Amino acid sequence: MQIRLLAFASLREILEAPERSLSLSEGATVGDAQKLLEEQFPALVPHRSSMRIACNGRLVDSDGMLRDGDEIALFPPVGGG
Amino acid sequence: MDSERFSIVRGPVDPRRFESVAGAGEGALVTFSGIVRGTAHDGRAVVGLSYEAYETMARIEFEAIDAQARERFGDVRLWIAHAVGDLAVGDVAVVVTAAARHRAAAFEACRFAIDRLKARAPIWKKERYADGAAQWRANETDE
Repeated sequence: MQIRLLAFASLREILEAPERSLSLSEGATVGDAQKLLEEQFPALVPHRSSMRIACNGRLVDSDGMLRDGDEIALFPPVGGG
Repeated sequence: MDSERFSIVRGPVDPRRFESVAGAGEGALVTFSGIVRGTAHDGRAVVGLSYEAYETMARIEFEAIDAQARERFGDVRLWIAHAVGDLAVGDVAVVVTAAARHRAAAFEACRFAIDRLKARAPIWKKERYADGAAQWRANETDE
């Protein structure tokens, strides 16, 4: 299945793009997507504990199930205002 | 829901954007404007901030803050606009307006909204310094 991946702020800079497409096997979880990305971009690893992940606009845990066409977003601690 | 109540705008926000929003039943309007400071927390000279947002989720968060404010403070309404892009020192980065029948609820709802926004809304800022360096800055809990 194909997942649309968005990344913001410092994590966007690590991924060198605001948006990517990710190929995952059926039944993959948010944690599986994170693991795949960490293999491709080892600079993400130090951000693991502070990173938040949203799926289709809602914060999710690493055991959340992904479906074809989902949009997941990676972001660091927020800084608005 | 009026889509103009919650927005992400490119460039500085007009601090008077929401000054005439109160309806006939609302006797109190409180507005907070967040302005780009010329010094960082560590004292470094800042020349500007660059904001980015996950816009669809930020608007969802603003709507959630509005609903939470009504649960806590009763019949209040919020308007929120946050900037993205490059801002200079003195520019307005965020405007939050709360309208209510009486001043106590309006003050409380406005304070609640900006505090929640800073803690939760998917918006990030990069400080740009006078020496040419730049750094992403997360919010401190006591800001």
